[in-house]
Amino acid sequence: MAVNPDYAGREYPPAGPFQVTREEIAAFADAIGATSPAHRDRAAAQALGHADVVAPTTFAVRLSQQCEAQLIRDPEAGIDFSRVVHGEEGFTHHRPITAGDSLTGVLHVDRVREAGGHGMVSTRVELTDADGQPVTTVTSTIVVRGEG
Amino acid sequence: MSELTTDPAALSRTVTVDRAQLVDYANASGDQNPIHQDAEFARSVGLPDLIAHGMWTMGAALDVVTEYVGGDPGRVLSCSTRFTGMVVVPEGETVEVLVEGVVKKTDEAAGTQTIELTATCGGEKVLGRCQAVVRA
Repeated sequence: MAVNPDYAGREYPPAGPFQVTREEIAAFADAIGATSPAHRDRAAAQALGHADVVAPTTFAVRLSQQCEAQLIRDPEAGIDFSRVVHGEEGFTHHRPITAGDSLTGVLHVDRVREAGGHGMVSTRVELTDADGQPVTTVTSTIVVRGEG
Repeated sequence: MSELTTDPAALSRTVTVDRAQLVDYANASGDQNPIHQDAEFARSVGLPDLIAHGMWTMGAALDVVTEYVGGDPGRVLSCSTRFTGMVVVPEGETVEVLVEGVVKKTDEAAGTQTIELTATCGGEKVLGRCQAVVRA
């Protein structure tokens, strides 16, 4: 089944709020081998001018993929998750994510296309804080590999 | 505020990954796609073996940039990549990914620098057009 082209342009209801904790920032930093004390030590983060420990630059994927699940788990979208590989990913940080943030994500489906027998879906998640201010824009392109 | 390190070697690092690390990354990121944890499943969908999350590779590679800006993640304004190859992680093995970065552009007016990274595994380029913009 091919990816449903009618999904391009779709915007989903806000997902979350996601409460960002020190523990999940530290676990993410450990899993990617991130070295900065600012991911784990509040005093080190505060010395750099942050309110609390700061997330690694790709941490927002933990939240954006929960938003993207709304699309991927929708049977009408035609995305076979077992055939999905990652094509591209990008993060624009309007401000750093720190522990204590309560973030909400709105998923946009920017583009759906076919290329070389594969489906390609480009999404954008706009993460905002409790005051509605922009925090991170996450763009992602997944490739749904064609059969055979 | 920490100074930029001026040593270009600071933008190069060999990072390593094994299957236990991928379980940790799956839990920390919430990405439980079985192609990253179950070799039999990975092969059943046409992959050569279990592969690392592309986002593990991106995250591990980008840490050289955070280190470059004095360990302040808040100075990494944006980053992006294409995933151009797979990091295959065989059972019982520790796989090396070589990360190398260069300062591509300095924008004095904006106070930013653009860092370009490459990441290779077994001679194959696994990240393409990987860039980060930092506050200098």
